[in-house]
Amino acid sequence: MNKVVENVELALSGIKDDMTLMLGGFGLCGIPENSISQLVKMGVKNLTCISNNAGVDDFGLGLLLQTKQIKKMISSYVGENDEFERQMLSGELEVDLIPQGSLAERCRAGGAGIPAFFTPAGFGTEIAEGKEVRIYNGKPHILELALTADFAIIKAWKGDTEGNLIFKAAARNFNPLMAMAGKITIAEVEELVPAGTLNPNDIHTPGIFVQRIFQGDKFQKRIEQRTVRQKV
Amino acid sequence: MALDKIGIAKRIAQELKDGWYVNLGIGIPTLVANYIPQGIEVEFQSENGVLGMGPFPFEGEEDPDLINAGKQTITVLPGASFFDSATSFAMIRGQHVQLTVLGAMEVSQNGDIANWKIPGKMVKGMGGAMDLVASADNIIVAMLHSNRAGESKILKKCTLPLTGVNCVKKVVTELAVMEIKEGKFYLLERAPGVSVEEIISKTDGDLVVPDVVPVMNI
Repeated sequence: MNKVVENVELALSGIKDDMTLMLGGFGLCGIPENSISQLVKMGVKNLTCISNNAGVDDFGLGLLLQTKQIKKMISSYVGENDEFERQMLSGELEVDLIPQGSLAERCRAGGAGIPAFFTPAGFGTEIAEGKEVRIYNGKPHILELALTADFAIIKAWKGDTEGNLIFKAAARNFNPLMAMAGKITIAEVEELVPAGTLNPNDIHTPGIFVQRIFQGDKFQKRIEQRTVRQKV
Repeated sequence: MALDKIGIAKRIAQELKDGWYVNLGIGIPTLVANYIPQGIEVEFQSENGVLGMGPFPFEGEEDPDLINAGKQTITVLPGASFFDSATSFAMIRGQHVQLTVLGAMEVSQNGDIANWKIPGKMVKGMGGAMDLVASADNIIVAMLHSNRAGESKILKKCTLPLTGVNCVKKVVTELAVMEIKEGKFYLLERAPGVSVEEIISKTDGDLVVPDVVPVMNI
């Protein structure tokens, strides 16, 4: 089944105001940067964005915060973004902070047909408020609900025309989980190849989870914390 | 003399055991990787999806697709693997990681930890910290004994929003190594040149002090 769309404009068609989007990536690593630029161009607003982080001021989801297109963020860590902090503390932006492992599992569960699960993470903290608690193996656990999205927008290294995906290094992170949890999943890839080119043994995300795939025009792949050691 | 950050990292590194998988948090914990004791093998897990982390890359060899949980560029060692975030936290929640080292703003004598939020001032989020502290059997906290205003961060009860309850086993500060058990801090070691009196005066929580407090061997 051919999932290829010609360009980012077609790939993101159908995304409207008030929708819930999942966006892959950890920090600026493995984010669908071409799609984020297109969301800015489209001007869709009142978005609920599920993403581990919120980008930096001038890149990643930070771009959508600057244009005030995001109504609510569901994330685990949002430091490194002054505009985010300003909007959150002033109450302009609704923020739901959840433990990173729970966020990952909630996406996975959403895509796997599991409506909820119990986890020990967050028990005894403010994030457990209002959540059902059960004791398993002598330890308290809290109930977390699955997450799904109108669109999941993810980024892969290589993809084929069937939507099969391979991620590179730590750029995998949330991408395969969100791919499963989107009603429509859009994969932005660095290199798009014909079906049959990729070895089936190497596929990380099977094409069944991907509805649209396109090759990004250009990738900046910014580094947030460039850290090096000296040659001795 | 109180320890510097490197001293704290060196002392925590002495806790590493051969064959352990270890998760290091951001800040001082990251430095622990530089002081692995000779003759033992440990593997570092980064919750963004890396097992087998190596040192920082040489200039010009940075890969934007290869970072640690602190978003720093890294390298990997032979035998490393990459995986998605759900698999990563399966390693953590499923107790496949033997030691977690993380920083804290406050720790209390029943093992509670606060490190993710200062209401009205700073909200960066908990990242993976809540999952890590809720599941790990062995948690060591690397922190300073007092805040900038000189107030103790080693408390009877945490004042900031909690990250986890009843989970911290050991605390290493610039002044002391303390174990947490039975609702109290137990002083195990003091930093070179630091008196027991100084540690007592800077500790708000209940502190059990043995007759002889050995000096850390850094």
